[in-house]
Amino acid sequence: MSKKIVCRCEDVTEEDILKAIDEGYTDFEELRKKLRIGMGTCQGRTCIMLALRILARKTGKSIEEIEKPSFRPPVVPITLGSLAGEEDED
Amino acid sequence: MKTDVVIIGGGINGCSLAYQLSKKGIDVALFERKYICSGATGRCGAGIRQQWSTRENIILAKESVKIFSKLSRELKEDIGFRQGGYLVAIHDEKELKEAEERVKLQRSLGVDVKIIDKDEIKEIVPILDPDGMHAIGATFCPTDGHADPFKTTFAYARRAVENGAKIFTHREVSKIIVEKNKVKGVVADGERIDCNYVINSAGAWSRIVARMAGIDIPNRPLRKEAIVTEKMKRVFDAMVISFRDGIYFSQQSEGNILGGIPGPDEREGYLYQPTFSFLNHMARTLTRYAPVLKFVRVLRHWTGFYDVSPDARPIIGEDPNIKGFIHCHGFSGHGFMLSPMVTKIISDYISDGKDSDYLHSLSIERFKGKDISREVSVVG
Ligand SMILES: Cc1cc2nc3c(=O)[nH]c(=O)nc-3n(C[C@H](O)[C@H](O)[C@H](O)COP(=O)(O)OP(=O)(O)OC[C@H]3O[C@@H](n4cnc5c(N)ncnc54)[C@H](O)[C@@H]3O)c2cc1C
Ligand code: FES
Repeated sequence: MSKKIVCRCEDVTEEDILKAIDEGYTDFEELRKKLRIGMGTCQGRTCIMLALRILARKTGKSIEEIEKPSFRPPVVPITLGSLAGEEDED
Repeated sequence: MKTDVVIIGGGINGCSLAYQLSKKGIDVALFERKYICSGATGRCGAGIRQQWSTRENIILAKESVKIFSKLSRELKEDIGFRQGGYLVAIHDEKELKEAEERVKLQRSLGVDVKIIDKDEIKEIVPILDPDGMHAIGATFCPTDGHADPFKTTFAYARRAVENGAKIFTHREVSKIIVEKNKVKGVVADGERIDCNYVINSAGAWSRIVARMAGIDIPNRPLRKEAIVTEKMKRVFDAMVISFRDGIYFSQQSEGNILGGIPGPDEREGYLYQPTFSFLNHMARTLTRYAPVLKFVRVLRHWTGFYDVSPDARPIIGEDPNIKGFIHCHGFSGHGFMLSPMVTKIISDYISDGKDSDYLHSLSIERFKGKDISREVSVVG
């Protein structure tokens, strides 16, 4: 069976998403947190939209009806070293 | 609608209660105003520690560890329970004396814990710099650990539904109906639900919920912040904490480092805005403890609330004045690790009227002009 990857960073496939929806994870936030969709280094820039679409299609709802996740700062990943106020050494 | 027990709040405590009560064949309906895990549970470190300073917390945590260790099997889903230990830094001779006392008490209650030196700190968590930590040693308990808060809570909720419990998300309880000092029902989204018991497991909002029944509780919401970094190759299994610095951090199963510390702008109240002062303080302290982490990037930074009681101990059991109103809050930053035992005590009380010493020692009545013995081993 061909595997369609939805979230590369966290290695989540379309199949994983469909299975979780069948198990009852129809709330986008619950689905996302159950599978860790969008929790990777790229901050879910593409995978969140893809996952939203799959959920919308499967539940027959519009994307607007499904809550969008809140992005949590920092939006661009920063090293602990620079956050600590030190010079980057590399 | 009619049910026996209404549970307010879909966090670890509410969902565990829904599971346990429904397993006993009791009719339950849980109301969560957002989604499951939207409160403190989905924002927490989910560390599980038996190294406490009071007998009560040590036993509650130890019994909870026993339950956690069998929970994946019971709930038929992996809850991500791992026992990588907790390493508690000791910074000076005075702290060493206090640690010796605590270890003595913990060991007498059957907890496998010992004092270790600087070399052993590096053996257990190789990235730590004991000098940067200003540590002269540490205490270590290998059976402490953590579980995945989402997996655990979702698993409880799924099994509860299979047992016949009703779970309503995006539905807020706005009113509690009390007649002749007895709970009669609640109102959620304009609908009345008749019931015999209401459990207040609304976390940092428990004070607002208690007020709906005319009950005043002394809890306060305290804003807490936490971060998670990008994934790193697996380097350590233990949770590292310090009571002096208030820091805690560990490497999650997926490889990310998750941690927190009391921020310079920490305030009471429902404040959701993350602060830069926290981020800066956390980054400074964390890279002092583990200098190699300088090169690791922070992915997310968020806020959550501790539901703080005056003595940092939970408040559980039936209200002395309002029959059917059950308290289950005031966890003060350690409600994940204690939830297995606390919810077991409460569900045994509701189903069989079973008494427990904790229903007395942790009763809301303890604040009535009595001496308050405070749990001091608190971090975060
Ligand atoms: C940053 C941080 C780190 C932490 N680290 C740890 C740790 O390492 N170990 C540990 O044991 N604990 C830790 N804690 C504490 C732990 O998260 C909490 O004690 C625990 O999750 C509380 O669970 P709960 O189910 O009681 O409450 P919550 O998870 O807060 O759930 C309460 C729910 O009630 C809902 N609600 C409120 N009012 C209403 C209403 N009127 N109607 C319907 N629903 C309502 C809310 O939406 C919420 O979802 C930490 C907390 C934070 C914030
Ligand atoms: S692809 Fe999903 S977080 Fe990066």
